[in-house]
Amino acid sequence: MAALARIRTGLWALVAVVAVAAAGFYAYTSMTSSAEAAGLGHGDYQLHTVGGEAFTRDSFNGHPSVLFFGFTHCPEVCPTSLAEIASWYETLGDEAKNLNAYFVTVDPERDTAAVLSDYVAWTGKVTGVTGDPAEIEKATKAWAVYAAKVPLDGGDYTMDHTASVFLLDNKGEFSGTIAYREDNATALGKLRNLLAKS
Amino acid sequence: MNRVLRTALAAAILIVTPAFAHNGVVHLGPLNISVPFTRATLPNAPVGGGFFTVENTGTEADRLVSASSSVAKDIQIHSMAMEGDVMKMRELPDGLEIPAGETVVLSPGGFHLMFMGLNQAFVEGETVTVTLTFEKAGTVDVVLPVMTSAADAPAASEHAH
Repeated sequence: MAALARIRTGLWALVAVVAVAAAGFYAYTSMTSSAEAAGLGHGDYQLHTVGGEAFTRDSFNGHPSVLFFGFTHCPEVCPTSLAEIASWYETLGDEAKNLNAYFVTVDPERDTAAVLSDYVAWTGKVTGVTGDPAEIEKATKAWAVYAAKVPLDGGDYTMDHTASVFLLDNKGEFSGTIAYREDNATALGKLRNLLAKS
Repeated sequence: MNRVLRTALAAAILIVTPAFAHNGVVHLGPLNISVPFTRATLPNAPVGGGFFTVENTGTEADRLVSASSSVAKDIQIHSMAMEGDVMKMRELPDGLEIPAGETVVLSPGGFHLMFMGLNQAFVEGETVTVTLTFEKAGTVDVVLPVMTSAADAPAASEHAH
């Protein structure tokens, strides 16, 4: 009888230990994942805009921003995303007057400032950003952006790349994404939220 | 006898019948090619996409093996897919199969022609002519109207916004 009671106590103790461990593990993972999200984009990348100005992590300070990584040899995703960004500005009008937009190339070898400048200039809003390939790599790493060359017939190449639009608050902190071809109303809602808190 | 005659007739039709367009649909043997379009290219963009739908009304599979145009140095047949938030594009070196009795759609976000090394920008409102070659049905010219840079469909079938 006493032995049975001891076993029961022992089992309850085990349950308690497991519960505490689970709670601790949950707290730990939720803490680390929010810390990672908060750190997204942090890094010492030294890029430049197509206008020749330095572009670093600090360039995001003071304004909410949308940020897209793409390249000019991109037949579909990049033109579509640029057109959507331009349409958001058009819809939001004055609401978006403090919103900055950046198109950072993942293909700096082909996307020189001259090439990229005209590619984005028609939007009237989006600033093209390029730089040394090693610095671009630092930036894509900082933003956890996937970018990889894929060879094509004839020696050319295309690129696989993350196609989401990043939303940044006025301190340059990551504040969410708009997925490729996300529903327009949802995208505008996300932008209005960003603008409201910035 | 009957079968030989039918085959011969079919062969004769294949040889003598030129591709013709009817209600915007280009017919090439058992293939119906419809809703062709492309998108206006952005300044300095060296590439463009071509889109259309191919219906194979025949009993044999065919294959889109190549495409060419005077507006581009090269045209490749590509697939595109999103894996998570990553866009992945792949060349289809063996072309694109059009199974018997099925319809294959080339559209933004999926299969497409990739015009590479553009000799000229694609301007909204203009057209681009592309020559398509199918393994069995042969070769046909298709005119792609140039839509906006983010169009999902040609004008006639685009939803009103």
